[in-house]
Amino acid sequence: MSDADDAVFLGKASDGRLIRRPLSPHIGIYHWPLSMVGSILNRATGIAISIGTLLLVWWLVAAAAGPVAFAGVQAFIASPIGLLLLLGWTLSLFFHLFSGIRHLGWDIGIGTAKRSLNPGALAIFALTLGATAAVWIAGYAVFGG
Amino acid sequence: MAPMPRHRPVMRSALGRVRGLGPARAGAHHWQAERISALALVPLTLWFVGSVLARLGADQPAVAGWIARPWNAALLLALIALTFQHAVLGLQVVYEDYIHRKAVLATAILLTRFLALLLGLAAAVAVLKLAVTAPH
Repeated sequence: MSDADDAVFLGKASDGRLIRRPLSPHIGIYHWPLSMVGSILNRATGIAISIGTLLLVWWLVAAAAGPVAFAGVQAFIASPIGLLLLLGWTLSLFFHLFSGIRHLGWDIGIGTAKRSLNPGALAIFALTLGATAAVWIAGYAVFGG
Repeated sequence: MAPMPRHRPVMRSALGRVRGLGPARAGAHHWQAERISALALVPLTLWFVGSVLARLGADQPAVAGWIARPWNAALLLALIALTFQHAVLGLQVVYEDYIHRKAVLATAILLTRFLALLLGLAAAVAVLKLAVTAPH
């Protein structure tokens, strides 16, 4: 077997036929259990809110710059794209927050039982949706009222 | 003949190397800093979301006045510093998992650090400007 055959995962079956040797299973193979979705989302939301810091910085810098600059941020956030970004930011923030607290629990040995992994992930989803809904409903109450 | 292993000069004593260093050779600092910043960010984030929520639609003088109050300014500075520290630590772990070329990895980490420093400083200067120049 040459290095090239190794590189393309070429092998011989027991009857001598050439076959592609199996790769180790990757995300395309799995059923996506909730625990796995939660783990992936923890990273994805972490990346999302890292990018979302741009909005925080813009908001603070505009508040310091003056009324005109601040009106610019306000207008952007109130636009459809701004609201969509803010919704994504809220969802990501709450998911990463609750999931992060769960991770801190794992670090001190709380909640690591195999049986609790999927229900735990489900609880994080529920908390995220609940907190996001609560904040947006409260937001519209403050803003509209 | 097999090539001789390259000699790597070690500038620390054996005790110095062993103390606090696991097989990763870098100790647990990164991991600990990520957790500690996370712990502090839990109350800070909740405070920030609640505060912004209570001031939705407020105009610039109202928001600037809120930022300028000493405790708010202090908490915002803490939020900014810890958020960017936590983001840099977390993003670095993601890069390390998926970027396999050392030069690209180092570039990505450095660019992220520089950008986070710049953004964090800009946000901090904005808060400090309001805190220092607020009319009383």
